[in-house]
Amino acid sequence: MADAVHIPDEAETRARWGAFEWTAENAEQAKTVIARYPAGRQQSAVMPLLDLAQRQVAAETQTNGWLPVPVMEYIGRQLDMPYMRVYEVATFYTMYNLAPVGRYHVQVCGTTPCMLRGSDDVFSACKNKGLVKGGTTPDGLFTLTEVECLGACANAPMVQINDDNYEDLTYDSMSAILETLASGGQPKIGPQIDRQTSAPEGGPTTLKEMVTDNHDYRGDWA
Amino acid sequence: MADDTAPPAPPPFVGPLSDKDRIFTNVHGFQDWGIDAAIKRGDWDNTKKLMEIGQDAIIDIIKASNLRGRGGAGFPTGMKWSFMPKESKDGRPSFLVINADESEPGSCKDREIIRHDPHKLIEGALIAGFAMRARAAYIYIRGEFIYEAKVLFAAVEQAYAKGFIGKNACGSGYDFDVFVHRGAGAYICGEETAQIESIEGKKGQPRLKPPFPAGAGLYGCPTTVNNVESIAVSPTILRRGAAWFNSFGREGNRGTKLFQISGHVNKPCVVEESMSIPFRELIDRHCGGIRGGWDNLLAVIPGGSSVPLVPAREIMDAPMDFDGLKALGSGLGTAAVIVMDKSTDIVRAISRLSYFYKHESCGQCTPCREGTGWMWRVMERLRTGDADLSEIDMLHQVTKQVEGHTICALGDAAAWPIQGLIKHFRPEIERRINENKDSAPVMEAAE
Repeated sequence: MADAVHIPDEAETRARWGAFEWTAENAEQAKTVIARYPAGRQQSAVMPLLDLAQRQVAAETQTNGWLPVPVMEYIGRQLDMPYMRVYEVATFYTMYNLAPVGRYHVQVCGTTPCMLRGSDDVFSACKNKGLVKGGTTPDGLFTLTEVECLGACANAPMVQINDDNYEDLTYDSMSAILETLASGGQPKIGPQIDRQTSAPEGGPTTLKEMVTDNHDYRGDWA
Repeated sequence: MADDTAPPAPPPFVGPLSDKDRIFTNVHGFQDWGIDAAIKRGDWDNTKKLMEIGQDAIIDIIKASNLRGRGGAGFPTGMKWSFMPKESKDGRPSFLVINADESEPGSCKDREIIRHDPHKLIEGALIAGFAMRARAAYIYIRGEFIYEAKVLFAAVEQAYAKGFIGKNACGSGYDFDVFVHRGAGAYICGEETAQIESIEGKKGQPRLKPPFPAGAGLYGCPTTVNNVESIAVSPTILRRGAAWFNSFGREGNRGTKLFQISGHVNKPCVVEESMSIPFRELIDRHCGGIRGGWDNLLAVIPGGSSVPLVPAREIMDAPMDFDGLKALGSGLGTAAVIVMDKSTDIVRAISRLSYFYKHESCGQCTPCREGTGWMWRVMERLRTGDADLSEIDMLHQVTKQVEGHTICALGDAAAWPIQGLIKHFRPEIERRINENKDSAPVMEAAE
């Protein structure tokens, strides 16, 4: 379960990130994001911009990214918001990392539906690979976090690693995923058993025509 | 007036649903989510004609269909739409906000709609937005749905490219925009006013009501917040008629519903079924039965983590609908069915939910902020039995002090699972306390 993060030293952070600005591509993206909201309501863009910034930091550091204070100040200036309002948002939502994380952010769901299907085994698999809850492995590869329900309960237990979901896990399949990632590979995304998304294992009980054909059921409407 | 010659009303249809009556035909994603495939399945089929029904007439059809909101509370959707102002007296635009912040433990239906049938949602957004005279829709999708958000952004772009939304949407002469807003990990943003705060770029802390969002919501403008499923089913209701939708489920609980079954069934899944389908039929037909057989069933949380659990013997043949589950002291919620067999550590299962609510409390109201943590800590002691028998009643009393004393329903949601546990599994909690007492080292009296 999540512990308070250790926010890095401010002087070091300023030295490293004080000159942060958007890449050309992200500057364009930021404009598109701000245009989604009515004029004068640019504060609405703070969440997408924090996400964009975290992704830029991720690319620059070869990690899953985080939000140094100067980066939040930069966004505040762009949106004409006091820094504290940006900081409030960054601390309120769990997806913004306030401290650096590893190359892979392993977010194991531990809420009841996943717990019932064996998230304890998933945590054991992580533990046996040297991952510690709330910490990053010494090689900087993995950060393990226990998260709350990620909304894939019919495919429990599951883990989200960076942007990808791995579902229907067991001790063995979770170990295999971590091994593949550690060796630079890309594991299969989605269910780790023989199953199409959230359909029952072994094939759907409904809408079987859809398996092979983009069936139009309107012809059957009475 | 009773008419003696009229035949008795036929019993309500309670499943199983046939494929032709399923709304979400691509729910499992065997086929492409893209706009061309969606059009072949029947989406965006002469949407202009649906809009020509007229704004008030659309609301009347939705009212007549008896669609109740699919986000948990079950408020009649048509009535909610009718609260929106028919004309803007002061120039303020109206907004539709679509709640795709699916975070209730057990719920995973909006995810399937968005990643596999996004055009049903976007078409529904246009229809609903048009009926309530909204200028634009904001779809608030939870941040962790990263792939799903990518699909949704792309689907919205496809709809713009075809001229289905934007200026003169579908050639109807009505201008309507659809925007996607990603959250960033906060359960509370599923609460409608917290969601509005979040779209405005603030912490997601619920607002006091009144003013209700229909009067002053997003950016201070009239706003309606609807669940993804409520919006996505509305075009099909208009196409097939209110009578069709009314032909499923019991009175007051009409329609079809996406059920999400997780936990100790042989094959967990998401499936669209008729409302009021008996629990046993739902599980046997689609989930391959309870793990270890029906005798092995311990309890079920039938509507997502916020509703109280129901013990096995009461739920087995219960109808899965709003009123049927309410009669059992629980609720349909989002129809997220969490099944627990006899291997479950039931106190731990509920205690983990208490931790969830502690983690997700926004911190605004004292009873919730302090109470959720307190309740979790006591639950953890009850789990190990390291407690006194009197603390069970004390915990129950505290849940009553949290319930109903907060701005939003998160306090209630944190209280109800614990109340359900104490109501149905008190002997189990007492057994743990007594066993722990018996095994505690006995202090010998000094000579």
